[in-house]
Formats: sequence, C-alpha cells, structure tokens
Amino acid sequence: MSRALRLAKPAVFAVSLLPLVWVAWLAVAGGLGANPIEALNRFLGDWALRFLLVALAVTPVRRLTGWAAVGRLRRMLGLFAFFYAVLHVSSYVGLDQFFDWQAIGKDILKRHYITVGMAALTLLVPLAATSTQSMIRRVGGRNWRRLHRAVYVITPLAVVHFWMMVKADHSRPLVYGVVAALLLAVRLPRFLGPAGRT
Amino acid sequence: MLLRHAVDIRESEITDRALYLDRRRFLTLAAGAAGLALAPRPVQAGPLAGYRKRAMTVDDKPTSFEAITTYNNFYEFGTDKSDPSKYAPGVFVTKPWSVAVDGECGKPGTVAFEDLIRPVPLEERIYRHRCVEAWSMVIPWVGVPLAPVLKRFEPGSRAKYVRFTTLLDPKRMPGQSRPILDWPYREGLRIDEAMHPLTFLAVGLYGQDLLPQNGAPLRLVVPWKYGFKSIKSIVRISFVEKQPTTTWMEAGPDEYGFYSNVNPHVDHPRWSQATERRIGEFFRRKTLMFNGYGDQVASLYQGMDLRANF
Repeated sequence: MSRALRLAKPAVFAVSLLPLVWVAWLAVAGGLGANPIEALNRFLGDWALRFLLVALAVTPVRRLTGWAAVGRLRRMLGLFAFFYAVLHVSSYVGLDQFFDWQAIGKDILKRHYITVGMAALTLLVPLAATSTQSMIRRVGGRNWRRLHRAVYVITPLAVVHFWMMVKADHSRPLVYGVVAALLLAVRLPRFLGPAGRT
Repeated sequence: MLLRHAVDIRESEITDRALYLDRRRFLTLAAGAAGLALAPRPVQAGPLAGYRKRAMTVDDKPTSFEAITTYNNFYEFGTDKSDPSKYAPGVFVTKPWSVAVDGECGKPGTVAFEDLIRPVPLEERIYRHRCVEAWSMVIPWVGVPLAPVLKRFEPGSRAKYVRFTTLLDPKRMPGQSRPILDWPYREGLRIDEAMHPLTFLAVGLYGQDLLPQNGAPLRLVVPWKYGFKSIKSIVRISFVEKQPTTTWMEAGPDEYGFYSNVNPHVDHPRWSQATERRIGEFFRRKTLMFNGYGDQVASLYQGMDLRANF
C-alpha cells in the first residue's frame, strides 16, 4: 500500500461519514423542517445514489489519470453506497411506516417506484456481502467480477426509482441519470471491444 | 361529528369590519400612489380584524404557523416544499389584485379583490387539510364561504361546473418560467361542490393576511378534497357547462382525477391513501373518508362509483 493511499483511505472514510454527521446534527437541531422524517429519508436516498455514482466513477478516473491507487478506494465507496441505501430503507421502514409490515408489503407490490428501489437494494446485498478479501477468494476473481457487474443494473434502477418518485419536476433525477449514463457509456468500448471485459 | 358551530361569540370579538376594509383600501391606494415613485413591493402580512372567530372547528390541534407557512406545494415558486416560503415573499406582489368572473352567468365582470369579499362577513374556520402526498395539517383559515361570492354573479342553468385559474406571470411567479406544469394552474369543481357550505375562499390564516407562499391574496379551500384542488392566488373564476380539465389531470391522467376526494380506500399509484402523517406527529394516522367531512358531503356523491370517479 502506497503512502498516499494509507493517508487517503481514512480521509475518504471520514469525508464519507460527513453527510451522516450533518443530517444527525440537523435532526437534533431541528433543521429538517416541518416533515423531518421525509427530509431525512430523501437526504439518505440522495447520498446512497451519489455514492453509487462516485464508486462507478472510480474505474474511469483511474484509467484517465493512470493513478492506480484510486482503484483501491472503490470498495469503500461502494460500501458507503450500501450503507446509505440501508439507512434510507431503514428510515422508511422504521420511521415513515413504523414497522407496519403489511403497509410496507403493499407499498413494495403496488408503488412501482418502491418496487424498483427495493430491487436495487436487494441486488446490492450480495455485492456488499462479497466485498471482503476472503469472500473474493472464495467466490473466485472471475465470478466476483461478473457478480459485481450487477452495479450496472443497480445504478439505473436507483435513478429510475428517483425518477418515478418525482411528481412533475424531473430535473434532479435527470442530472443523476445523465451522470449514470455517462459512467456506463465510457465502459461500453471495453465491454464490446476485443478485450471483452472491464 | 367533529364539526362544531360556535354559538357564543362575544361582541368584543367582532371587531369593526369596516375598519378592516378601510385599512385594505388605504393600503391599496397607498400602494398605487407609491407605485408612481417606487417599484411595487411584496406585501407584508398584517393582522386581520373583524372576523367571527372559530365559526367552524375540529377537535384536532391546529398545526403550527411555522409549519403551515414553510412546508407546502406551490410549484409556481419551486418544487421543493420549502421553496414557496423561500422565494414567494420576495417577488410576489399581490396588490392590486382583481378577479375576472365570466362564463355562464348573468353578471360577469372583473372585480377588485377587496370588493369581491366585502359583501360577505369574514369568519375563521379550522379545517383539516390532507395532501395527496399523504401528509396533513389542521389550518385556521380566515375567509368567506364561496357560495355567496359566486351567487352575486348569477350563475345560469348551464353553469354546471366552476373553473378557477391562478395568476400567470413568470415575473411574479418565477417557477412558471419552467414548463413543469401547463401554466397557468387550473382547477375545477362541480357547481354543487362549489356552492357547498364547507367550500371556502380563504384570505388569511392564523388571524393574518394570507402570506404569498400560501396563495395570497385569495385561495380556494375544499377540505374534503386533496390539497391540490384548493387552488391558490386566483385571478379568474369561470362558470362552464362541461367538466373542466384540471392542470394535474393533464399532467397525470391516471394519477389525478377531477373529483380527488380524500378517500382511504382508493389508492393513488404513488401513495397509499389509507394513512397519513399529520405534520408535527410521529405516528401515522388513519385517513378519514372525505377527510372526516362525510356527514356533510357524502350526499353529493350518492350513487357515484368513487373508484371510477377518483
């Protein structure tokens, strides 16, 4: 591990926790507005999606800059995406619905944006679960890479979830959608090219 | 039944209404005179006087003034619920204001806002307010019942519906510069809904003039329907023969119907309508049929399939 990376890892970890610290402070200070549960839920969802995109940006950035070490941050950023996604869903289950499992079940079946969001989270679980060195070894590098390509489906699902949730003003999900599309598009040449894998 | 009519109102509570109207008139004239020298400035809310307090109320505790005035949808000022309170007060000039009344009526015309409400005594009504997004509030409105306001224009036999239109002015309503909805915002009621004694034209809340973010200077309040039916900052009222198409019906025909009565049994594609979050409360509440006003309004819909006519 290079020296820069040894410093970068804890720094990125600390920075990645800042949104959580910020929203916790807002909650305590009463800064979440008239509907704090909704505000908290939206905030956590936004950050889950942002971390997904940041994690997806790691490989293109590594290729562009040639800075190999940045690739070593990918796992942590991906796990933060999972972390915020779990908090996002937890705030829906525990605060918004207060563990009303019947209502939650109906929501997942009938509210399509929730169906899509839950699918995205479910697909994230095996990725998070196979993120340790020992799991990578057990799954095998090749299978592991194949499995983790699921993020190319998860990210669009997350954007679609946001898009469907919005009533009329799609400008924000559109921004996320464009960024996600670019991050996926830059992978296409390699994916389709003679190298055949990313 | 949760509705109560106030019976004993002390004489002292009924402040001189002429004083209130004179004050408004003075402000209008002053604003007009000032306008010669200065650009019009956004209105500051002033206290309202001369209204009958608690003419109707509910047992629920009113939502805080802070929440009512900082958390609401008014896409003319932005699509976040904090946008209207952030942006409306700085740009939304509401004086002078007039309302055009036209269509199937004997006496159409354009009337100054003050003259439109003047003939009807002001009263306070504390109503439940249920948003289609499954949150709710309890709001102490001040205003006048709509029916006597409409009758003055002598709606004819072909006036089967009433269409309401919000101001169209992207300078004063910056959100209208983006095509989020097909501006101006339009809403409608069946004539018997419009004439129903619960249907209200609000000009104030918590004893003050309506703030720009809440639909100043006058807005509709239809407490048994989802909040978006209660159109804000009205400039036109039209008596029409055919059911008008509303802005939200155009934006999402599968999601928003003409009636949009609060109904816990008919889900919206995005939100279960069985429960709601009352702003300021942690646990969700069960949503009441017609928002708890069924005793008064259910008869309007007798024999109608409320699932088909959502």
